[in-house]
Amino acid sequence: MSFERIDPDLVELDVGMDEILINVGPQHPGTHGVLRVLLRTDGELVLGAEPYIGYLHRCKEKIGENLTARQFIPYTDRLDYLAGMNMNLGWALVVEKLLGLEVPEKAKHLRVLMCELGRIASHLVAAAAMGLDLGSVTPFMYCFRERERIVDLFEAACGSRLTYNYITVGGVMADLPAGWLERCEAFCNEFEQVIPELHAVLTGNAIFIGRTAAIGVLSPETAIDFGCTGPVLRASGVDWDLRRDGEPIYTRLYDGYEFRVIAETEGTYPGAKRHPPVPQAAVVGDSWHRFYVRMLETVESLGLVRQAMARYRDSESPCGEPVKLTQKLPKGEAYLETEAPKGQMGFMVVGNGTAVPWRVRIRSSSFSNLSVLSELCRGGLVADVTAVIGSLDIVLGEVDR
Amino acid sequence: MDAQTIHGRLLERFGERIRAADLEAVDPWIEVSAASLPEVCLYLRDRLELRFNMLHCISGVDYFEGDPQRSAETGWQPHMQLLYHLSSLVYRHRLVLKVRLPRWKDGVAGELPEVPSVAHVWRTADWHEREVFDLSGVRFTGHPELRRILCPDDWEGHPLRKDYRAPDEYQGIRVR
Repeated sequence: MSFERIDPDLVELDVGMDEILINVGPQHPGTHGVLRVLLRTDGELVLGAEPYIGYLHRCKEKIGENLTARQFIPYTDRLDYLAGMNMNLGWALVVEKLLGLEVPEKAKHLRVLMCELGRIASHLVAAAAMGLDLGSVTPFMYCFRERERIVDLFEAACGSRLTYNYITVGGVMADLPAGWLERCEAFCNEFEQVIPELHAVLTGNAIFIGRTAAIGVLSPETAIDFGCTGPVLRASGVDWDLRRDGEPIYTRLYDGYEFRVIAETEGTYPGAKRHPPVPQAAVVGDSWHRFYVRMLETVESLGLVRQAMARYRDSESPCGEPVKLTQKLPKGEAYLETEAPKGQMGFMVVGNGTAVPWRVRIRSSSFSNLSVLSELCRGGLVADVTAVIGSLDIVLGEVDR
Repeated sequence: MDAQTIHGRLLERFGERIRAADLEAVDPWIEVSAASLPEVCLYLRDRLELRFNMLHCISGVDYFEGDPQRSAETGWQPHMQLLYHLSSLVYRHRLVLKVRLPRWKDGVAGELPEVPSVAHVWRTADWHEREVFDLSGVRFTGHPELRRILCPDDWEGHPLRKDYRAPDEYQGIRVR
């Protein structure tokens, strides 16, 4: 009796005979909220990953048609609820663009200060959740400890820890309380010491690199085609940041500030010497790079926070007067995108001469970033899906609106 | 390239299919006919001096005023408007394309107006067109898979239509 050796390739073909659909979510810790992903698998291989969204849909755009421009501010907090300040800013600026309003110097510095703190907080959650998705609990504790301090600062400034309603049309709701800047200064100094710790537990961690390097590689062409923005786009090597490249009404906020756009150009990141090296296994556009870009951006944001504090101290002007709740909007439409932590957040407002907008449109960055998921997961392994979702850093409040 | 020059190029190439423009608006816009939309989009994306490689957003705006008294003051005929916000990461210029559609196809209430899909020009349009279909009720012909995205599949009506009335019940559950 003789045995015939089976050609290994034949086994592969044989596996292809039975595809299995696996439903992940909407209640699944790895999907960052109520996201449902339908995986088409073949053994361990993923053939397709189709997101099903809408579980958190509240029709914010319809709500916006029934409120005045300033009344809508608290609702923007609940879009990307991990970066409420940045959402407030996006809406406030687009209404100011339609009104042709310019806020005083001091309000601008306050806005930069709050938004960059918001960016650090959001990126910390991204890093924490990504580590957790890959089975590493320690960085979650480290990151949330630091984020907690930012949230405390926000609470001291506006009384709220998650939904701030602070940056508003015409300026900000209130000036900073006494002693706030000293607390913020202390935070900056201490956070700077923590960054190497975060790098030690994640960035240079061999297991983390093994799980993320060369996983879910996004080419710059695909990223642009799918409308991916923010760290997801920059991690693919596209040097594009609205804080520098955006419309004047937004970039004027950052006039005179010094910061670098974090994107790999000519094979190196700006200021690469001060950060952990890029591992051999990582390729531009993979999950590791998306994580790394966020980590480096927190350092840039920290620099911006310090500059904003110094310039806030020096500015003499008042910090702006919020417009009347019943401020009438002129006829016409205005659209503006700002660089929110998760990507380019766009708002459109259509005015018809009354105080209530005729139409409100929200262009969500996470929405477009999520749409590329299937492209990234196809051909990978089932276990890599969570790594890819984690690296895209989506917030379902913003995807579903 | 500024909006004037882009408008000039489009007029030269597409003639009367470019319907209107307001280059002095807060965001300069150019209106094109629905049928020529994909052709104009391909031109804007592929011309070497234009290179509009990113589509940011597709929005549907319903111009319909139910109140007859106020409707007389509005100064427009009821219609749907689509806005396409484009930009070029290469040349850093921006443009808004507009398309004007009837509220209902051939004036028959309930028949959704149609416009050609641009999902083959920019992949962003895939999900955005599904959203506009879902919420504003516009049918994108040639879209690979036009189904609802934010509302449940069996939802009735299009919530961002100005004459939309939320249902009293959904799957036997009171929702009002």
